Amino acid sequence: MSPPLLQVNDLKKHFPINKGLFGRKSEFVYAVDGVSFEIARGETLSLVGESGCGKSTVGRAILRLFEITSGQVILDGQRIDDAHPSTMRQMRRRVQVVFQDPFSSLNPRMRVRDILAEPIRNFGLAKSKEDLEVRVTALMDTVRLPREALNRRPHEFSGGQRQRIGIARALAAEPELIVCDEAVSALDVSVKAQIVNLLQDLQREFGLALLFISHDLAIVEHMTHRVAVMYLGKIVEVAPRREIFAAPRHPYTKALLSAVPLPEPGAQRNPIILKGDVPSPINPPRGCRFHTRCPFVFDRCRTEEPTLRVVGDEQWVACHLEEPP
Amino acid sequence: MALLEVENLQTHFRTPGGINRAVDGVSFHVNEGETLAIVGESGCGKSVTSMSLMRLIPEPPGRIAGSIRFAGKDLLKLSDREMRAIRGNDISMIFQEPMTSLNPVLTVGRQIRETLMIHQGLDKQAAEAHAIGMLTLVGIPEPKRRVGEYPHQLSGGMRQRVMIAVALACNPKLLIADEPTTALDVTIQAQILKLMLDLKRRVGAAIILITHDLGVVAEIAERVMVMYAGRKVEEAPVAELFRSPRHPYTQGLLGAVPKLGSSLAGTATRLAEIPGQVPDLRKPIIGCVFAGRCALATDLCRQYAPGLEEKGPRHIAACHYAAKGAIAA
Repeated sequence: MSPPLLQVNDLKKHFPINKGLFGRKSEFVYAVDGVSFEIARGETLSLVGESGCGKSTVGRAILRLFEITSGQVILDGQRIDDAHPSTMRQMRRRVQVVFQDPFSSLNPRMRVRDILAEPIRNFGLAKSKEDLEVRVTALMDTVRLPREALNRRPHEFSGGQRQRIGIARALAAEPELIVCDEAVSALDVSVKAQIVNLLQDLQREFGLALLFISHDLAIVEHMTHRVAVMYLGKIVEVAPRREIFAAPRHPYTKALLSAVPLPEPGAQRNPIILKGDVPSPINPPRGCRFHTRCPFVFDRCRTEEPTLRVVGDEQWVACHLEEPP
Repeated sequence: MALLEVENLQTHFRTPGGINRAVDGVSFHVNEGETLAIVGESGCGKSVTSMSLMRLIPEPPGRIAGSIRFAGKDLLKLSDREMRAIRGNDISMIFQEPMTSLNPVLTVGRQIRETLMIHQGLDKQAAEAHAIGMLTLVGIPEPKRRVGEYPHQLSGGMRQRVMIAVALACNPKLLIADEPTTALDVTIQAQILKLMLDLKRRVGAAIILITHDLGVVAEIAERVMVMYAGRKVEEAPVAELFRSPRHPYTQGLLGAVPKLGSSLAGTATRLAEIPGQVPDLRKPIIGCVFAGRCALATDLCRQYAPGLEEKGPRHIAACHYAAKGAIAA
């Protein structure tokens, strides 16, 4: 059996906080604290959770935008978390990213043509000048932007069009995996639908795998194959779409889903209203990290940390309620 | 009787590229104790409408015309001094970003006290006691300690609770909430929405809720007004609007939002797209504002702007073909 496209094993990223007179590093933000998952070729895995849960940090660790604290990131059977810069270069081509804010992630001084040509040149994908031109115009067709727009600069486009340029830039490198970090969150409803549809078409057309990082659960349900729910640097539940949305097992997943207001006036719903706020990732609670807000908390949760266990068809949950005592 | 009646509101801004007609002839009313939602996408004029009601538009470059009658008075005819007596007292406002709308160098207690001392003439002790009472009302734990803290010491959800406490301190008749939960996480959003519903029941203020989130609208609004490109295109009671939207834009908006549970119901289909983009408001728009993106548009739409017409009980829409559109949907 071929290995999964991406494998993440016990990933940790602790950011030091400088404290004290001489910048002694005495405390850490435990942004990601032991996360493991896999993504198959052509699959969409969504990472969901609230601000500060570490979902974006996981995305950035996979892109190797910083060095990780410990763990492994394996792309197609090869470790990339400690790969040498020369091998890393080829690996970078295979994993691309689309960021949330299309206003700050495109260079305002570059023309669209140059934005798209840069990755093609960098990775030596074009055989000739003509080939480069062919590729750049083809990318515009792929993301459904007019070819005349190649000579314009990012400020001349609307938010949705800029996001199309960002997607075209990611596709330029011919990647196998695209990390979409809140890629549709900043867009207006009608434009969001356009971009979601585009991403789904591209996935089918190019067999792309997507790591879809989002806090919008309705969009996630619409897009995804599998979902991993994060809370304070840990995955609390991971399962195929059907299981997550029809039969969530972790109390946090249940609360998260029940909190989403439905666009149906008078809909019968009983939201589980969690008390308080998410604790600080600098000093996460002992035991289960969710125990301070969990409606079903009992003694064991305060002292012992639950591990992910399989509870059903590819459904994994980290909760003591799911374990034999 | 209507608490607020807005007639032909026009808020225009002078810009280097021409006059921007951010709000272009919008009329609506809000009854006492009622919740009206104003829905639309960025640039549709919903926030400018709310800022105009509070007369918070800098003039120039802005210019507000029309009339805004609140409890019998035309707010646009009041002096600055008279307007100040209304802001924060009879009409108050909650903004999207609590970090930028609270003063970072004053304690939260002082910020609540300030409105009470200015508008209600309370002395410091009475205002302090009332401030603690307000913090308790909005569900802030340990209000006696929190009253002496600064905004940066509170989480996002707590700051929004403080904003609500400041806004409600003087028992306003009208509360304008501009994207009150957009910056918050969903579990915190659920807390704040529940709080707003509870407080509304207890305090009885009318609310104008400005949002782009149709889920939030369905949750707390009674009536909805849909705006597009500075104009009102549809208005109806909330259940009626979601059940039978008449304007093609409203239909598009509702179709573009995936619903939670769609994968289970087997209704997960391709999202409806509204092609194209919002028109440039600096150029005069002839005909219907939505014509450029509408599947039903004809030459009639491109030449004559449709007026708001009755399409059902308390249901109005501005579309030449609205009846047809309802059948097509």
